[in-house]
Amino acid sequence: MKTLIVGGGMGGTILANNLARRLGRELRSGKAQITMLSASDQHMYQPGLLYTSIGRMAPDELYRDQASLLEPEIEFHVDPAVTFDLDNNRVVTKSGKSHGYDQLVIATGSRAAPETVPGLAEHSVNCYTEQNALEMWRRVREFKGGKVGIVVGVPHKCPMIPLEVTFVLHDYFKDRGIADKVQFHYTYPIGRLHSLEPVGKWAEREFARMGIQTTTLFNISEVDGEGVVHTEEGEKLESDLLISVPPHKGMQVIEDNNLGANGFIPTDRLSLKMEGRDNVYVIGDTTNLPISKAGSTAHFEAEALAENLAALMKFGEPVRDYDGKVFCFIEAGKDRATYAMFDYNNPPAPKAPNKAVHWFKMAYNQLYWASARGLL
Amino acid sequence: MLELLRGTDPMAERKVIDARGTYCPGPLMELIAAMKQIEVGDELEVLSTDEGSASDIPEWINKVGHEMVETTQQGDVWHVVVRKAK
Ligand SMILES: Cc1cc2nc3c(=O)[nH]c(=O)nc-3n(C[C@H](O)[C@H](O)[C@H](O)COP(=O)(O)OP(=O)(O)OC[C@H]3O[C@@H](n4cnc5c(N)ncnc54)[C@H](O)[C@@H]3O)c2cc1C
Repeated sequence: MKTLIVGGGMGGTILANNLARRLGRELRSGKAQITMLSASDQHMYQPGLLYTSIGRMAPDELYRDQASLLEPEIEFHVDPAVTFDLDNNRVVTKSGKSHGYDQLVIATGSRAAPETVPGLAEHSVNCYTEQNALEMWRRVREFKGGKVGIVVGVPHKCPMIPLEVTFVLHDYFKDRGIADKVQFHYTYPIGRLHSLEPVGKWAEREFARMGIQTTTLFNISEVDGEGVVHTEEGEKLESDLLISVPPHKGMQVIEDNNLGANGFIPTDRLSLKMEGRDNVYVIGDTTNLPISKAGSTAHFEAEALAENLAALMKFGEPVRDYDGKVFCFIEAGKDRATYAMFDYNNPPAPKAPNKAVHWFKMAYNQLYWASARGLL
Repeated sequence: MLELLRGTDPMAERKVIDARGTYCPGPLMELIAAMKQIEVGDELEVLSTDEGSASDIPEWINKVGHEMVETTQQGDVWHVVVRKAK
C-alpha cells in the first residue's frame, strides 16, 4: 500500500510520522510505503511568527530541517506537486517526476492573500510570513504613538490572531511607556469581538478595561491611497499603524488543478475524504470545512486519519471519524493566556486567563517539535 | 462544505454551507467568505445549530444590503437563505 502525502507542514508531518509508527513492520518488509512531497526543505513553526512580529522570537528559532523531523522509513522529496491526475492515481512534480499512489493525502496549507483587497498589502502590516512579521516588527518598533487599527479578512488561519495581536501589542507599548500615546481600534467581521461567543464576551470586558475602541460587522472592501480602510458595510477607519489579518486562500496549485474554489478542497467532515473521491484525503488548512484553520485542527485530523489509514491496511476498513476537535491557546497579553477546546458536539467554555497557561504555551512553542515528530 | 442546489429563483444557483455543530469561525463568518465566491442574484443556504444565526445573519445581510430569502427551523437546525444583491 503506497501512501503519498503532499505537503510537509503541521498536518502532513504529524500524519506521516504517526502512520509510520503504526506501520513499522509493514514499512520494513516493503508491504507499505510512505512518500512525502513538500515545497521546502524547512519546516516553519508558524505560530512563532506572532512573537517575531513583536521582537520576541528570532526568525531562525522558527525553523527545523524537515528531513530531521521525519521517521527514517518515510521517503521525502523537496519537489512541489504541480499536477494532480486523480483519475490515474498520479501526482506530477515540478521536476517532472510522476508519483503513483494507493492513497493520496493533500495538506498544502493556506496563505494570507492581502493582494485580494485593494490597497491592503500596501497600507497594512501583518504577521503571516517571516518577511511580513519582520516588517511588522520594524513598524511597531518605530511607532511613537497614534492610532493603531486592527482589521480582519475572512477566511483566515489561526482564529485567535486578531485578539492576540491586539493584546500583545497593547502590552508591548505599555512596556515601552507609551501606552498613553496609543489608541487601539479593534474591528471584527461579525457582530461580536470573536467568533467564539464566550471568548468574544471575555474580550469585550478586557478591551473595555484597557480602553480599546471596537467596531463589529466590519468587513474590509478596500484601503484607499491615504491608508483609510473602507468596508462593505459603509464604515471607514483611519489609523497611523494598520495591522491586518488578511483574507486567506488555499495554494494556487489546488486552484490550477480545479480541486476547489479559492484553493480549498471540498472535504467530508467525518472521513476527511475529498468529496467524490474514495482514495484522496484532505487535512489541515486545505479543507473547505467550516472549522478553525489552525495547527491543532491539522494535528487532530492527522491523528484520526493516520489511525484510519493504518486500519485500512490492517483491518481493511477505517476505525473512526474525525470528531471536529480543535484546541486553541489564546495569549491575553505578555504573560497571561487561556485556551478554548471544542468539537462538533461540544461548544467551547474558556476559563479566565492566567500565567500558568501562558507558560504552558511558551513550553509548547518548543514542545511543538516533539509533536511534529509524532511523539506528543 | 458547499453544495450546489437549485434556488427559489429557477435561474439562480443556491449553495449550501453546512455549518452544523461548528463554532469557529462560525456560520456568519462562513457566509461572509462564501458571499465573495458567488454571483449577484445567487443564493446561499446556511445550516446552523446555533440559534444566534437566526438573528446575526439577517443583521449583517441588512447592514450590507443583501437580501434575506427565508429563515426556517427544522428540528434543532436553522436554515437561513440569503441572496447576494450587489
Ligand atoms: C502567525 C500565525 C500564528 C498561528 N498561531 C497558531 C496557534 O497558536 N495555534 C494553532 O493551532 N495554529 C496556529 N496557526 C495556524 C497553523 O500554523 C496552521 O493552521 C497550520 O500550519 C496548518 O497546517 P497545514 O499542514 O494545513 O499547512 P502548513 O503547515 O502551512 O503546511 C503546508 C505545507 O505544504 C507545502 N506545500 C505547499 N505547496 C505545495 C506543493 N505544491 N507541493 C507540495 N507541498 C506543498 C508547504 O511547503 C508546507 O510544508 C498560526 C499561523 C500563523 C501564520
